[in-house]
Amino acid sequence: MTRKKISIGKTFVAILALAWLVIAGAPFYFMVASAFKEQFEILTTGVFALPKGIYFDNFAGVIKSQFYKYLMNSTFVVAVSLVLILVTALCAAYPFSRFRFKFNKPLFGLVVAAMAVPIHVTLIPVFQLTQKIHLYDTIFALIGPYTAFNLPISVFILTSFMAEIPKELEESAEIDGCGKYRTFFHIIAPLSKPGLATLAIYNAVNMWNEFSFALVLTQSAKSRTLPLSIWEFQGQYNSNIPMIMAVLTLCALPMIVAFAIGQDKLIKGMMAGAVKG
Amino acid sequence: MQNTKSLLSYRKRSTAIAATVFLIPVFFFILVFILYPIFNSFWLSLHDWNGISSNKAFSGLDNWKTLVTDVVFYKSFLNNILIVILSIAIQLPIAMALAFLLDSGGKKLNFLKMVYFLPMLMSSVAVGFLFKYTYDPQFGLISAVSTMLGGEGMVDLLGNPKIAIYAVIMVICWQFIPFYMVYFLAALSSLPVEIYEASVIDGATHGQYFWRVALPCMKGSIKSAAVLSLVGSLKYFDLIYVMTQGGPNGATELMATYMYKNAFQTMKMGYGSTVASGMFIVITLISLLTLRALNGKEEA
Repeated sequence: MTRKKISIGKTFVAILALAWLVIAGAPFYFMVASAFKEQFEILTTGVFALPKGIYFDNFAGVIKSQFYKYLMNSTFVVAVSLVLILVTALCAAYPFSRFRFKFNKPLFGLVVAAMAVPIHVTLIPVFQLTQKIHLYDTIFALIGPYTAFNLPISVFILTSFMAEIPKELEESAEIDGCGKYRTFFHIIAPLSKPGLATLAIYNAVNMWNEFSFALVLTQSAKSRTLPLSIWEFQGQYNSNIPMIMAVLTLCALPMIVAFAIGQDKLIKGMMAGAVKG
Repeated sequence: MQNTKSLLSYRKRSTAIAATVFLIPVFFFILVFILYPIFNSFWLSLHDWNGISSNKAFSGLDNWKTLVTDVVFYKSFLNNILIVILSIAIQLPIAMALAFLLDSGGKKLNFLKMVYFLPMLMSSVAVGFLFKYTYDPQFGLISAVSTMLGGEGMVDLLGNPKIAIYAVIMVICWQFIPFYMVYFLAALSSLPVEIYEASVIDGATHGQYFWRVALPCMKGSIKSAAVLSLVGSLKYFDLIYVMTQGGPNGATELMATYMYKNAFQTMKMGYGSTVASGMFIVITLISLLTLRALNGKEEA
């Protein structure tokens, strides 16, 4: 009786495993395979067929157009914002995890509350602010919001990371006459490196894929990032599906490469945001 | 006595100063880009404004009166709720089953794990575009499958107002199941081995271990996953904007897309701010109520 029940359960799980393999894999296959096809090949050979040959013209076409510019824009914004986030979060996590002062709890509470704010509530005011300081439609417009919206969770994660660093290290440093600032630079900051690495991956992935702010704060092709490039290409190659699939494949490429190099680190970093509750 | 006191107050003061120095940057960003915009949004919601002209006409609560009776806003709110419910109901069980499979299969199933994770490597925008073409009635994957099975092809899932929202929710599930799968996998593998060994010694089968031992132990993770899914679903934007822009005929409109349309497409910045503020209130209330309900149960 029980035995039968289990085998039903096992069969079910096995079916699900196979089904999910197809469901997760098929669209991906559709994307990559189509990217190597000629424009009308999809119509003649069907979507499931392997490409007739390795046809690189789609990729060449995409790279020859503005793609490089978008790639540079994305890289620039992500790099600058990432440095700002990591430095600022490192500074903030130190007093939150180590100092006893009056406003520690309420201020930390404010940071935690900021984690829950949906970005769309701030879109209009940030849009106006950007216009007022004449950064609208430049790549610099994105740095402020990107930094600000990834900070709360970064501070939260880093604070709990720092809280784990043994207090004795600091105390002995203090006895040896090391002040708060030197302790920070010479003891706390170096010991926080693993936490920072995880945060770097988490934030970089988020910002690399960010869409809403980029949509609202930039307008022209020269200042847009990769997620929006897809938008531009779609307008350009409206019904040329292989071309668009080539764009999508290229956009996902950095992530796929990162996944191939350091699967576990990437997954760990991407999951860092799941801390609530 | 006098001396120790002054030393104490000196230390307190230097701590306060150091804390201020370290905290200035983070609060600069939070104030400018998060707190100020929230208040500004509420302030703008009291105005009639097209975003371009320099004079904003103060209109009091007019916008709010419109919002309360706005059918489209209700419809978008209900769509958000539908996403919340279906996301939790579909994503979490499948993710849990896959996680359990991977956990019990160990290293042998690494290949499966890799393929399962693929959807998470794409941005929401890319996923949106990919499925727009997957769903394409003429060239898409779904139509091709339908023809293969003997149907007529030309399945237009996104063009049908009755089906569009479900078609989009399926994509959302496709995108996020890997996330919860990895989340549960981490929780499963962090359960002490002793628990598993003890239940095996007691004669439990794999299925029994899952239902009677592992699942109850993971209550906390399941709750957290539900909260994450809830909060995420309420602020959903990217994917819908790319796939349907809220169409056809408002069938997939969400609070965030409705806000975006008002503010940046029809340039009703005042009313757009009202929708944004309304969204903020709704999301905050629901999150607080959920957290309270979950935490309350834990204590009882």
